[in-house]
Amino acid sequence: MRNVDFFYDSFRALKNISVPLNDKRVTAFIGPSGCGKSTLLRILNRIYELYPGQRATGEVLVDGENILAAGLDLNLLRAKIGMVFQKPTPFPMSIYDNIAFGIRLYEHPRRSELDDRVESALRRAALWDEVKDKLRQSGLSLSGGQQQRLCIARAVAVEPEILLLDEPASALDPLSTQRIEELIAELKSDYCIAIVTHNMQQAARSSDYTAFMYLGELIEFDETERIFTHPAQKQTEDYITGRFG
Amino acid sequence: MSLSVAATGFGLLWLVLVLWTLLENGISAITPASFSQMTPPPGSSGGLLNAIFGSVMMTLIATLVGTPTGILAGTYLAEYSRGSRFGEAVRFINDILLSAPSIIVGLFVYEVMVIRMGHFSAWAGAMALAIIVIPVVVRTTEDMLNLVPNALREAAAALGSPKWKVIVLISYRAAIQGMVTGVMLAVARIAGETAPLLFTALNNQFWSTNLNAPMANLPVVIFQFAMSPYADWQVLAWGGALLITFTVLCLNIGARALASWGTFKQ
Repeated sequence: MRNVDFFYDSFRALKNISVPLNDKRVTAFIGPSGCGKSTLLRILNRIYELYPGQRATGEVLVDGENILAAGLDLNLLRAKIGMVFQKPTPFPMSIYDNIAFGIRLYEHPRRSELDDRVESALRRAALWDEVKDKLRQSGLSLSGGQQQRLCIARAVAVEPEILLLDEPASALDPLSTQRIEELIAELKSDYCIAIVTHNMQQAARSSDYTAFMYLGELIEFDETERIFTHPAQKQTEDYITGRFG
Repeated sequence: MSLSVAATGFGLLWLVLVLWTLLENGISAITPASFSQMTPPPGSSGGLLNAIFGSVMMTLIATLVGTPTGILAGTYLAEYSRGSRFGEAVRFINDILLSAPSIIVGLFVYEVMVIRMGHFSAWAGAMALAIIVIPVVVRTTEDMLNLVPNALREAAAALGSPKWKVIVLISYRAAIQGMVTGVMLAVARIAGETAPLLFTALNNQFWSTNLNAPMANLPVVIFQFAMSPYADWQVLAWGGALLITFTVLCLNIGARALASWGTFKQ
């Protein structure tokens, strides 16, 4: 990302952000509420454009192409960049159809192939063993943690290049959180992952790089280990040691 | 509290009285002949078959016309017009139409259809009823779609789904029960409408399936027969009234059951 600004109407929510996201690495965005970390994530698949009055300027380069350019096919972009939200968002349909929904949008696989794709997506999200006997049941019948893993399975089923996780574990219990974190560690071998979290232990545990943001500005970006042991900025140190935020 | 209980009791008392009177007078009037014979001239025996057929026919056409129109307009308001001034205007006008007296709707259709065609017709009746259906369906569709969490739309869009697929496959599926309930309530409403039909379909003493001609229907038959001085006509009016009330009651209970089944399932 280069020199990105973001506006909610006339309010400037992000100020001149430049940050790299590396393939097969996890980049965590931390900072107090309202610092713009979720907003930043929502730029990467341009999901903010669902709402009038929100706009981003600057450049976001994915494989050398600026995805903020006008005239880009948003649906194709979003098919390439998966997103998982804070609250689990299973669709009101069966577990199987939840996963198949995204696949069917751009591909027309044969039945048996679709079955395999659904199974492998659920396996990757560590959910297969729990749901293999009830694929026809509603996605809403699962527990919160299972629903969130269903959403992750749905996102990876379309084989995206980048995975955006917006506080994926903040609504979950500790055990489910642990499973999600294990999942992130496994998934990073295939994807470029960006995760927003306000849980600093989570950032420290599961990311390779960490960006600390405050009031719409990027204060510091470095390898996670450095950020948490030798932060260069006073503000970063204050935040991670719990003095504010 | 005692005051509100008393008020509730007062309201319920009249409802029970109405239903009781209706049952007492109507039940004996409903015989197999009601469903197999035509409305008779005074002094001879007959039934309500032509009126039942006409009511079902016009309600059906009105629903077939009004439901898609209403659902599409409601979808526009909930999914596309957010924050736009045009959407606000449409919503406002729809609310006015929703509470417009049905006799106005009847007069309007009389002006634009009956006068131009030169005669009363079932088509005009169905159109008048459709005009009553549309705002009800628009309103419930919009309300139900607004209840669908935005997070669900975002999640579908984030997978790369085009907007129309988000609406048809996700929003509709999440809101379908409420939308069907809205349509059923709209049908219940038009099933008993009299005023718009007086100016449009009028009535017909005979069996008629010609949509281009006046057609019998229960509300207008009740209106005419109940006002008449003939005892046998009055009995038939009671029967028709009970029939309509029973149908509307069933539709309402069905709508309630469907709505609560939906919340239970989630």
